[in-house]
Order: sequence, then C-alpha cells, then structure tokens
Amino acid sequence: MLTKRIIACLDVRDGRVVKGIQFVDIIDAGDPAELAHRHAAGGADEIVLLDITATHEGRGTLLDTVKRTAAALFVPFTVGGGIRSAEDAAAVFNAGADKVSINSSAIARPELIGEIGGSFGAQAVIVAIDARRTEGAADPVGEAEVFVSGGRKPTGLRVIDWAREAEQRGAGEILLTSMNTDGMRNGFDCELTARVSEAVQIPVIASGGAGSAAHFADVFGRGRADAALAASIFHFGVTDSRGLKASLRDAGVTVRLPC
Amino acid sequence: MIAVIDYKAGNLTSVVKTLTYLGAETEITQDPEVVRRASKIVLPGVGHFRATSLLNELHITKAVRESIARGAWFLGVCVGLQWLYQGSTEAPETPGLGHFAGECERFPALFEGEPLKAPHVGWNSLEDLKPDSKLMRGIQPGEFVYYTHSWRAPLSPDTAASTPYGGSFTGAVERDNVMGVQFHPEKSASVGLRVLQNFIDL
Repeated sequence: MLTKRIIACLDVRDGRVVKGIQFVDIIDAGDPAELAHRHAAGGADEIVLLDITATHEGRGTLLDTVKRTAAALFVPFTVGGGIRSAEDAAAVFNAGADKVSINSSAIARPELIGEIGGSFGAQAVIVAIDARRTEGAADPVGEAEVFVSGGRKPTGLRVIDWAREAEQRGAGEILLTSMNTDGMRNGFDCELTARVSEAVQIPVIASGGAGSAAHFADVFGRGRADAALAASIFHFGVTDSRGLKASLRDAGVTVRLPC
Repeated sequence: MIAVIDYKAGNLTSVVKTLTYLGAETEITQDPEVVRRASKIVLPGVGHFRATSLLNELHITKAVRESIARGAWFLGVCVGLQWLYQGSTEAPETPGLGHFAGECERFPALFEGEPLKAPHVGWNSLEDLKPDSKLMRGIQPGEFVYYTHSWRAPLSPDTAASTPYGGSFTGAVERDNVMGVQFHPEKSASVGLRVLQNFIDL
C-alpha cells in the first residue's frame, strides 16, 4: 500500500541549515550533508534542501552543498532555491538532485515548469507555493493568496488557481507551505491543504506548522496530504522520523516501517 | 563490468553512483560494441517513454537483443523496465524491446469510484514475491520501495513482485537473465541497495 511520506526539510543559508519562524528570526541548525544523512538514517522518506536566500539575493543554488549531500544519500533528494532556467535545473540534477522545487521563478515564467519537465520528466518538478489565507475575505481559504520571494511579495494569484495551472503545465507535485502556520508548531493548515489536494490530481506535500505526531495524522487525514514536510521538530532532537512514524502507525496512518 | 546505457535519462548519475558505492565496476556508454562486450547491462531511466527511441538510433536495441540472447544479465530501471515490454501508450510511435508481452498503460484516473492520483509517487510495498527470483532474493513481502511514475506494466507470469496502486501492477519482472524494476532501487534505501547488490552478485 502507498504510504504517507515524511519529508525532512533543510533550509540552507550560506551553506548552513537554518530555521526561521514565519519566514523571519533565523537561527543556525547545522551542516546540510550531515543533517541529511542523519534524517535518512532516522527514517525520513525524502530529503528536501531549500536554499532560502538564493532568490532573494540573486545567487545560484549551492551546487557544492548539493553534491556533498547527495554523495551517499539513497532516498529521494529535492533541491530548491535560485533555479530560474532549465540550465539551472540541469546543474542541480547533475550535482545529484532527483527533483527540483521551483517557486518564484515559476510564477515569473510559468513555461519553466514544462521546460524542466520536458527534459527531466514531470516527476522531477515540484512547484512550491507559499500561501497566506486572505483574512476578511468571504472564503479566506478558497481565496488564499500566493506569495513569492520567501514570503515577501504578494502575487495577487489565488492558491487554488495557481496549483491547477502548475499541474496543467506539467508539475509532478505541489509543495504547499502555509505562511499562517509556518514555524508555529501548532499544526498544519489542514483546510487549505485539503482544498488544494482536491483541486489537483498530483500529490500534495503539506508544509508549515508541524509540532507533534497528531499534527501529521491530522494533515494526512482531514488535510488529504500525500506527504508532509517538517524541519525544526527534527533538528533539535524533538523526535526523528522513525519515532514519528511509529506514532502515526498507531494512529492508523500507513507509513514506511521498518525504515 | 556493468555497461550502463546513457540515453539521456534522468537518473543515470544516481544509478551509477549507487552501483559504484556497492563496489561494482561500471562503464557509461552509448556504444553498441560496449553493450555487446558487457556481461551485465543496466538501462536506467525516468521520464518519458519517447526517450527510448534514442536506443534505436544508437543501434543499441539490436546490441541488447544479441547480448540477451548470448546470456548477458540485463536490468531495466523504471522506464528501463517499461522498455522491455512491447511499448507504452505514453509514446505509441516508439516500440519497446518486446521481450515481455503486453503494453504499459497510464494509471486510471478513477479506481473503484475514487479519484486516483498520478504520478504514483512514494514508498509502496512489494507483494507476491516470486520465491525463485534472483533479483528479489532476501526481500520480504511488504517491504517498501520508492516509486515515481505515471505509466505501469501489466501483471504477467514473469512478474517477480507486484505493487498495489489502482489495482496491482508489475513492480519487478524477471525471466532468466532479463530483469526490470519499476521502482527506483537507487532511491529505496536498504531494500533498494539489496536489489542492486543481488544484480551485482549474479
């Protein structure tokens, strides 16, 4: 049976893993390659490395970090941040990534989704969406808005519409981060995740707000997520994926165990 | 020496990296003569079935057919498995090797009245393992491997392991010296490494 995936996310800045709260107040959490291997050994189903400042500062992705991290990693490995062209994506794949995650650059030029997919396959393209509920709207979830540049810029696009367009243009997965819940450890935005998951036929990865095993069970159930991503709860030894999965299995969620 | 065929398929680097990690000697090639000389051949692949048309242009299809006939071990991964069948609805104009009967088809949009997501992405279980499979030696039913694909091969008497998603499909196929896996052993942690080690040890 297809399992629900637990994805460990490494937000990288200047070659170090960092963790922010609601996209600001950043603290150091360690070396990317070392943490990636620790997560894989600890039972994470996938590793995502996001170069969180690449777009903002106009730098290329940290290819050396990618290479070092991918060297002996035998689980799927996604890299995002600063990928603006099919050539940028090719460099990241050559460095050892299995998938790329594109966000601002896909909004700026949606053709990029198909360009990367055309060369490397749809399964290699994740479109990441940073979403914020539109408070005060008649339907704050349905009218949630897409933000870019690390959550700094509103786009005027509706999350649901953009997710559908990304799918039509050939995205293999959607990585949905709720800016409302990110870093708060109070749970994922299950309503928003469910709305997006029902709007598209491709898998949806929920992100933002993981604080406990119950939050994951909730987003896999009510939130209809195919995978869930977390960062801070792993880095500081709160739990590892194996422990998290044992709790999820007890809650009736199908997970990869033993791992 | 394992000849790893380069037809510009996405996961070539990962597959070679993993084989090397396991101690195998590999040669990445587009040369039919290298394929003819090899005792083992790996055809990686991820992405579109159309990409396999390059194998004909490079005259590798013929070389593979001859190598298989003289007993070389062959392993296809993902699209590499699909290529062993007669073809795929993903690219009807591109014929497969036709070593195994049947055609690869897309996952249905609906299964038992429920929408079925595609691509099928993630860790899924191996079931109905064939006891005499060389490739799946030591793998237990219910162990998990990583998949990412939208097209799948049908079940047949040569199926060495099946996986349930929108009904069962062929996760691994094997007849004598010709084998294929739809999952990505290079991304399937210890279970995947075991499968590749089994191939290396043949």
